[in-house]
Amino acid sequence: MATLEIHDLHVSVEAENGPREILRGVDLTVKQGETHAIMGPNGSGKSTLAYSLAGHPKYTVTGGTVTLDGEDVLAMSVDERARAGVFLAMQYPVEVPGVSVSNFLRTSATAVRGEAPKLRTWVKEVKETMEALHMDASFAERNVNEGFSGGEKKRHEILQLELLKPKIAILDETDSGLDVDALRIVSEGVNRVRETGTVGTLLITHYTRILRYIKPDYVHVFAAGRIAESGGAELADKLENEGYEAYTKGGASE
Amino acid sequence: MATSIPAGSTTDGAIQVGQSAQPADARVSAAASYDVADFPVPHGREEEWRFTPLDRLRGLHDGTAEATGGLRVEVAAPEGVTVETVDRGDTRLGRAGKPVDRVAAQAYSAFEKASVVTVPKDAVLSEPVRITVHGEGGTVYAHQLVEVGRFAEAVVVIDHTGDATLAANVEFVVGEGAKLTVVSVQDWDDTAVHVAQHTALVGRDATFKSVVVTFGGDLVRLHPRVVYGGTGGEAELYGLYFTDNGQHQEHRLFIDHDTPHCRSNVAYKGALQGQDAHAVWIGDVLIRAVAQGTDTYELNRNLVLTDGARVDSVPNLEIETGEIVGAGHASATGRFDDEQLFYLMARGIPADEARRLVVRGFFAELVQQIGLADLEERLLAKIEQELEASVG
Repeated sequence: MATLEIHDLHVSVEAENGPREILRGVDLTVKQGETHAIMGPNGSGKSTLAYSLAGHPKYTVTGGTVTLDGEDVLAMSVDERARAGVFLAMQYPVEVPGVSVSNFLRTSATAVRGEAPKLRTWVKEVKETMEALHMDASFAERNVNEGFSGGEKKRHEILQLELLKPKIAILDETDSGLDVDALRIVSEGVNRVRETGTVGTLLITHYTRILRYIKPDYVHVFAAGRIAESGGAELADKLENEGYEAYTKGGASE
Repeated sequence: MATSIPAGSTTDGAIQVGQSAQPADARVSAAASYDVADFPVPHGREEEWRFTPLDRLRGLHDGTAEATGGLRVEVAAPEGVTVETVDRGDTRLGRAGKPVDRVAAQAYSAFEKASVVTVPKDAVLSEPVRITVHGEGGTVYAHQLVEVGRFAEAVVVIDHTGDATLAANVEFVVGEGAKLTVVSVQDWDDTAVHVAQHTALVGRDATFKSVVVTFGGDLVRLHPRVVYGGTGGEAELYGLYFTDNGQHQEHRLFIDHDTPHCRSNVAYKGALQGQDAHAVWIGDVLIRAVAQGTDTYELNRNLVLTDGARVDSVPNLEIETGEIVGAGHASATGRFDDEQLFYLMARGIPADEARRLVVRGFFAELVQQIGLADLEERLLAKIEQELEASVG
């Protein structure tokens, strides 16, 4: 069973006046089949955790370990992490002019699966997944994220999640900027992947709203660069009622 | 595409409308003459020379470059096409238009023999005419004329390879209702200098399509020009360039809408990589008062792959009549940025493949315009090769 283990992770970014520590000792274990919600106020370091796990060059790991089934994730390049089974659905997906969605998806699936998917089954697979996400077929011919609405970008991220079938899925504020219909469609996509039981999900969010659609097994409150409290789904209800105030007082990362 | 321009600059175009006197930078006011003596030696601050490193022209611009070199020109043409080598006095030469800068005039004043390819009227060629121009070193002044008779249809591929310091004029005379596609490939050795004016005279209801592909050379400066000989003419000018370390590649286009109801469409795209790679694109379109019903659009896009490269992109549209169908232009320079790279790599795609994907996508629509499968494949292979040099 695939397991992502994060131990005492420290991460810095380069700021004007030297490196600034954002993550201050994160410990978390995510197993295949589990869903962990990471909740926290703005600036608590949630997205830094997501991008650090994916290997974004902006973030420097200054301490700790991350392993996937015992393999050192931090030693891998960005593409190696993806091929090892780490997937990051981004909050702000990037435009790639001149590259069609269909070309991008196929190139990506070929890289992650280690061989080109058979054309016939691939076309069917993409078509069905797009239909399930209420995406028009013409979407495949557009350039990656170019001119996409906020909702289209998020659907496109979840489309990739469904096609690439990672071991660990990190969803970075996938719910932000979505209306209720789009949120439901996107959540259904995530749930289809979860129901396979083969993915461990790290759901990063500011709001509890998405948890009505995607039920977490564990909820972690993120504050000041580390996990401040962990619990079951009931912790989300507490946050819904009380907000993050209890965690930010005196513990802000600034 | 990122909006930031890390190294280099893009100049927005100027639109000037409806003046009887020519604006100061009007290209129409530029001198035009067959005689080199009519042009002063440029000093580098003139509008038409300000982007060009004159010290790398090897004397083509100041009269010091003596013709010492060799050029091997071979023409493979299907049956019915006439291929001749003629003396400079041949009356068919020079009809498409006069040279408009000192180097083109120098070439016109200095060439000894010209090659003339004639496609007779009504002939529809099943195969392209292939002209290979191979430089064998040294300075060469050259002249070529391609004439396509009325209602004829032809594709001409001019392929430049080897090493040369070449100044040339290439004329295209496209007869009434004729269709001519010209593909000019600059696949020079990295030592070559190539300065040429390509002048097309597009006849009534004729179609002229030019595809300029520049990969090689130390300095390449091409000046494709279009004038119309009658109403209903159409010109499509496409270009693709890949500018590497230290290369200067300059494409200066001029479309002279001097005739009513003609169309023109320009699309040039370039990728740049490496220290001191410099691409220049000038797109001048003049719609004269007489040219009612004109429809024109021009576009330039540049993709900067690494630090250290520079782009100058200057579209310039001058409109002297409001009675037109349309006129527009667009220019943008962006870079293949780290966020794009991260996004593609986060989907398992290795860095070199990610870069290839983006650059191929960038050029794909232009490559498809060529319409010759073997050439398209060669160009895509060339692009991959250029990229490998950078990724490596």
